[in-house]
Amino acid sequence: MVVVFFTYFALASIAAGVLTVSLRHPVHCGLALLALLVHVSGLFILLNAEFVWAMQVIAYAGAILVLYLFVLMLMNLKTDDRYFHSSYLYFLVPAVIGSLYVLALLVRSPFGGAKGDATTAVVLQDGDTHAVGITMFSDYLLQFEIVGVFLLGAVIGAIVLAKTPKPINKEHKA
Amino acid sequence: MVPLSAYIAVGAVLFITGLLGVVIRRNFIIVLMSVEIMLNAANINLVAFSYYLESMAGQLVALFIIAIAAGEAAIGLAIIIVVFRGKISTNVDEMNLLKW
Repeated sequence: MVVVFFTYFALASIAAGVLTVSLRHPVHCGLALLALLVHVSGLFILLNAEFVWAMQVIAYAGAILVLYLFVLMLMNLKTDDRYFHSSYLYFLVPAVIGSLYVLALLVRSPFGGAKGDATTAVVLQDGDTHAVGITMFSDYLLQFEIVGVFLLGAVIGAIVLAKTPKPINKEHKA
Repeated sequence: MVPLSAYIAVGAVLFITGLLGVVIRRNFIIVLMSVEIMLNAANINLVAFSYYLESMAGQLVALFIIAIAAGEAAIGLAIIIVVFRGKISTNVDEMNLLKW
């Protein structure tokens, strides 16, 4: 059953990613990106990461994507005739060949490593949100605070950038 | 049981897709969307390793990446609005104001 869901989410997210890159109209690209984000969040559910799933749906699909669509519809872009870069085939062919090689290497690798202490049974005992919270506010407290300061800086920067500039010429004449 | 390499393969394909989008698309907003695809591919890898190596660190880093992506989207879209107000198109080839 997990295999069926994994196959669906994986194929749908890859298809949505390709559509995001290749569709002509920017709003259609945004909607394909929405499909990609929702299907990737389905992969998170399969990996027992409910809190990351909730953040993906709330923050990514709910906030970031709405911001993209808002700016797209605010600017009312015209669709270019040539929406790809002029020499994109020179990038496309080596990228496809290289990615096939990397994929062959990845599928063959066993990916062994030192296991941590958060086994599936421990995580499922109190839920994933509990485990994430305990880890975030004990081992990762400094990173959490840094991200908070970073977001404050991003908010201030966005306000300063998007503010209507004052007319500078009057001050120069006076 | 889905093997770990299947998740890694999905992440790799999505990352290559996003990288191609950054390189070949000419619209600035689509380029930013392709960066979001690449961040999502990294998130898939992190959460998959967190599950298979039984450690919470991957999920924490994935959450931080989501926060960073929110900041990146806000700043990037503000820059797009500023550029668009200056009557420059959103074509990345024509944005060469800082080019020497």
